[in-house]
Amino acid sequence: MVKLPIYMDNHATTPVDPRVLQAMLPYFSETFGNAASRNHSFGWAAEEAVDKSRNQIASLINAKSKEIIFTSGATESDNLAIKGIVEFYKDKGNHIITCVTEHKAVLDSCRMLERNGKAVVTYLPVDKYGMVDPDAVRAAITDKTVLITLMYANNEIGTIHPVAEIGRIAKEKGIVFHCDAVQAVGKIPVDVERDGIDLLSMSAHKIYGPKGVGAIYVRSKGPRVRLTPQMDGGGHERGMRSGTLNVTGIVGLGKACEIAGAEMGEENRRLLDLRNKLQAGIFERLDEVYVNGHPTERLPGNLNVSFAYVEGESLLMGISDIAVSSGSACTSATLEPSYVIRALGIDEELAHSSIRFGLGRFNTGDEVDFVTDRVTKEVKRLREMSPLYEMAREGIDLKSVQWKTE
Amino acid sequence: MAYSEKVIEHYTNPRNVGSFAKGEDNVGTGVVGAPECGDVMKLQLKINPENGVIEDAKFKTFGCGSAIASSSYVTELVKGKHIEEAMTIKNTVIVKELNLPPVKIHCSVLAEDAIKAAITDWKSHQTPAAATEEPKKAQEN
Repeated sequence: MVKLPIYMDNHATTPVDPRVLQAMLPYFSETFGNAASRNHSFGWAAEEAVDKSRNQIASLINAKSKEIIFTSGATESDNLAIKGIVEFYKDKGNHIITCVTEHKAVLDSCRMLERNGKAVVTYLPVDKYGMVDPDAVRAAITDKTVLITLMYANNEIGTIHPVAEIGRIAKEKGIVFHCDAVQAVGKIPVDVERDGIDLLSMSAHKIYGPKGVGAIYVRSKGPRVRLTPQMDGGGHERGMRSGTLNVTGIVGLGKACEIAGAEMGEENRRLLDLRNKLQAGIFERLDEVYVNGHPTERLPGNLNVSFAYVEGESLLMGISDIAVSSGSACTSATLEPSYVIRALGIDEELAHSSIRFGLGRFNTGDEVDFVTDRVTKEVKRLREMSPLYEMAREGIDLKSVQWKTE
Repeated sequence: MAYSEKVIEHYTNPRNVGSFAKGEDNVGTGVVGAPECGDVMKLQLKINPENGVIEDAKFKTFGCGSAIASSSYVTELVKGKHIEEAMTIKNTVIVKELNLPPVKIHCSVLAEDAIKAAITDWKSHQTPAAATEEPKKAQEN
């Protein structure tokens, strides 16, 4: 039997791995020093822990340890990268290239710069799989372009961008390339050298580390990337991010990276098996279900599915002992369905019908069986209640219907 | 967002789900909302042409739990009511009964619209010659 509720929303956040927690515990009350205290053993011990973490992170993404700057999380890293670059390179230009399916931390940072007249932003479209076209990136570059900011893998649909190709274009044109790699680091191989990434955002809580801590990789050589700090103070983190280091969190982030790196190969095979099992189970039992995202270039733990004729939030309500998320408007504050799903160009109705399953380290095959069963039963029940399903069964083309809206 | 107990109750045990048989007499059908908005309600009312009383109601809804609960509740609410009385039902009654939060008010508005649409549809079938004139009386005469 499976234990309820089942957590299958690992793109949103992940539980702290017990091994990570163990590594963190001594740094609350025993080794509690300030890593910036240079003149006593408490400070040195803290600094040593921070340095170890820097190494653990750097080796996961093939960076040098001094290129890792600690932040409060990926939202801060994204803000620092985008605003910091635009401000630093303001004499060179003001143009940013990004895409429509980026995380809000990236999109809203760009919009803020636009509103303040500090930047002009190109929001590239994506194809029906959520993939940005590297040629479109190239074509969008102007002599004013100072930053390309594109995510590694999408948080809703799991699509993995052709990052290395975009990195090559950026390098060739001498433009800084920032990559929001929150969903990718620790999940799939990320290599800042191979991928030509100059700035990279990451977060601990997506990889079984604690919330409230993250990092930004800042390339130190070939080229040396410089940015204007967004937090002023004691000049920590080579002046790029002031503020006393969250040593406990940093230790957790480092340990989380170490574990993710060591177990990635095996873990990905396991997750892919679970994902395929879930997908096959749903598709065997239900008609008119559609996968959102790329068929192959997708995060192993991601399955985003639209169940036609069933509204996503109502489905979530029916499977309340399973934690997944929906692109439905009703689950958002704006009453708009997911902008990521809509960017794929699929019918709006299917955007309202999308459910994201995020498989992770602690999910099991039994849980997948349980979820498959519950979801398919509930979809069938809701379809029996759905006027759209009835109309479709009667052969009515829903697109030809004149809907009465206000 | 937490749902009210009443929304959960209606969602779990929806009343009067379904459709009347095609071609059944005295049925008015209202379909409101649109798939791209994430809400479509179909409300069917079986109305006695002799006295204008709603004798039965059925619904099908594509939408969130609150939309399903609103339409389920409405089928109970209108049964036994005269159509003129049903036409005066305000969405606020639904909001109150189901404890809908502000973001779900539109579900109750849709349910109110569905009642009106279904009754209007029924009226239009009753007196195809003079749809705008008091249809109930025309029937009774």
